[in-house]
Amino acid sequence: MKKTVFFGALTVAGLAAGMASAATLDDVKARGSLNCGVTTGLVGFAAPNAEGVWEGFDVGVCRAVAAAIFGDPTAVEFVPTTGQTRFTALASGEIDLLARNTTWTMSRDVDLKFEFVGVNYYDGQGFMVPKALGVTSAKELDGATVCIQTGTTTELNLADFFRTNGISYEPVPIETNAEAQQQYLAGACDVYTTDASGLAATRATFEAPGDHVLLPEIISKEPLGPLVRHGDNEWGDIARWTLNALITAEELGVTSENIAELSAAAGDNPEVNRLLGTEGELGAQLGLDADWAKNAIMAGGNYGELFENNIGENTTIGLARGLNAQWTDGGLIYSPPFR
Amino acid sequence: MSDTHAQTVPYVRKTMVEQSPPPASEIGVVKWLRENLFSGPLNIILTLISLWVVYWVVSHVGPWLINGIWDADSLSECREIRNATMGEGTSAACFGVIGERWQQLVYGFYPKEAYWRPVVALLVFFAGLAPVLFASLPRKLLYFTMASPFLMFMLLWGGSIWGPIAVALGFGVGYAAIKLISPINGLLGTVAAIVLPILYWFLIAGPLAGAVNSVLPIGLEYIPSKDFGGFLLSSIIGVAGIFLSLPLGILLALARQSDLPIIKWCAVTFIEVIRGVPLIVWLFTASLLLNYFLPPGTNFDLMLRVIIMVTLFSAAYIAEVVRGGLAALPKGQYEGADSLGLNYWQSMQLIILPQALKISIPGIVNTFIGLFKDTTLVVFIGLFDPLGLAGAIRASTEWNGIYWELFLFIGIMFFIACFSMGRYSLYLEKKLQRDHR
Repeated sequence: MKKTVFFGALTVAGLAAGMASAATLDDVKARGSLNCGVTTGLVGFAAPNAEGVWEGFDVGVCRAVAAAIFGDPTAVEFVPTTGQTRFTALASGEIDLLARNTTWTMSRDVDLKFEFVGVNYYDGQGFMVPKALGVTSAKELDGATVCIQTGTTTELNLADFFRTNGISYEPVPIETNAEAQQQYLAGACDVYTTDASGLAATRATFEAPGDHVLLPEIISKEPLGPLVRHGDNEWGDIARWTLNALITAEELGVTSENIAELSAAAGDNPEVNRLLGTEGELGAQLGLDADWAKNAIMAGGNYGELFENNIGENTTIGLARGLNAQWTDGGLIYSPPFR
Repeated sequence: MSDTHAQTVPYVRKTMVEQSPPPASEIGVVKWLRENLFSGPLNIILTLISLWVVYWVVSHVGPWLINGIWDADSLSECREIRNATMGEGTSAACFGVIGERWQQLVYGFYPKEAYWRPVVALLVFFAGLAPVLFASLPRKLLYFTMASPFLMFMLLWGGSIWGPIAVALGFGVGYAAIKLISPINGLLGTVAAIVLPILYWFLIAGPLAGAVNSVLPIGLEYIPSKDFGGFLLSSIIGVAGIFLSLPLGILLALARQSDLPIIKWCAVTFIEVIRGVPLIVWLFTASLLLNYFLPPGTNFDLMLRVIIMVTLFSAAYIAEVVRGGLAALPKGQYEGADSLGLNYWQSMQLIILPQALKISIPGIVNTFIGLFKDTTLVVFIGLFDPLGLAGAIRASTEWNGIYWELFLFIGIMFFIACFSMGRYSLYLEKKLQRDHR
């Protein structure tokens, strides 16, 4: 009896709330903070520090979107999600934006009814082996024992790769990355395979990282990006163009250091002016302030700065830009023009 | 006489022999060792193997523990310190991670300046529990016990003080309904005691608390559930689950024994369904399925959902444990209660349950210990229990690659909590011992 009344009341309250929440932006503004889904912890991409403040590359995207809306990069409620809970959390409206190294695939986009707003990291599955093994290519791995996380796309990719190359392997199923590190170091498997960024981060924690090599083959495409729900294109636009603003800022040389100077008055470069809101009305088109992109860039720097500070070559993770360099430098990072 | 004797049996001794100590092999350590460790070829072999295993473990773990480095800010700094002071390759724990993050492991993301609140709440908890656990304390303290859940809620979540008070008044409404209406009509009184508080909670409590708060705003800073983590989260889920599931479990056990078929079937169905499905599935139901059932935008606190699921799950187990206790009572106890003219609730309260619960104590405590440890399963739905936090801490660039130190700390904390529960149950069993062994 008690429970029925309780759920009944909840349903009524929820229906009222559901009808009111057509526009995510209005909800977010009314709430005063962005609910952003992140991982429960992935080196370099999202983790809480000793003060409980979230840091990382994906976290940077959340903060940029919050800054674009509120002018305040701290107006974010981080909702830790696991691989199982992330899509429900987004679909049910518990979070407004999911920035959780999620691979953009067709079924996730179409069948799960999400909108990937772009790619902030191009990843791919790689292999790590001990140097002592003397292997230089993944095609020489015939008969190797391979540590692999179960229930992931990496498992399927691995099977495909070995079948295509007509070689055999023996899988050692493991549950988490932490377990994989232990098993690999203990010699339970010859090869550890997962996303290349994860391999690099893992290798960086070894006592002797130099004793292990990443093989040159990347056997899958893993474009990781932030995503939103279907059905609110205005909200998707805000997330998409915030990410694009960070990318464009790097391309145009707008950094967190010179942005104050550049945004003070309209300069020589019209695209910089449009981006920073000293010219044109791009912010108003999104329903945001004219300095939305400036705030987003100031939150954690432009795309390149975010990369360098969180996962770049000067950090312990030490990822090279590779595919994630600007298109002008031979990478895939490319933003449509701000016009 | 003596002469004769002396001649016939010259070898008989005439003086007492000095008492000498028992042979070395029959006393003290040597005897104990011989009897317990080296009493036969098989035991000698087993002893030697065990000694070797103990030595192996200690020689590996001991130096690691003793060399532990406490003042480091990252794993790489730990390694540098170790290489500088002990030489490369020495086995040494890096306890710097505990030193830097223990507060996070205990409190989660709870604001630092409010750490006193969980501590006071814990004291309130023990103070409220004491009169229940130890019969020697004055009974008046039970009033404090009744107030303690509201006090703890107030301390942990904060917010306006009037909310918990308004909710507490609801129990007063129920009590008043029983006292005032039951003398007129028993059934009506019971129904009123259930319906009136519910109506009060849904219709009056909220506005009442709001109104009083606008006049007299007293309260603590509100702290949302998402800031709770670590052992604070485990303890809250565990303690709430334990204290809500015990009464529910007893009611379910009684319902399952009931002569009223509908009540019996409901109880059986509930118990079997809940027990037949793993807890992790119920947790996923709480976090995922409810999200689909509830309309979008509904903000139904995840922690509350988890507490409800954990409570229901543990109640089903408690019900079966209590049912075992009920079944162990001789039929004469039930008939004796009936022959005294006690009604159902009186006979249960005065005769049956005190005996049945006494029998069930080990089982109940066993279930509670299991429940407390099962709270770590919430890591799979993205809540930061100690294990979840260990993962998050490992995901920071400073501590990536650290395992055992964190797990050791978490293990010790859980051991302390579970071991104390086990000890208390032994104490209670001894105290309630009534049979003559």
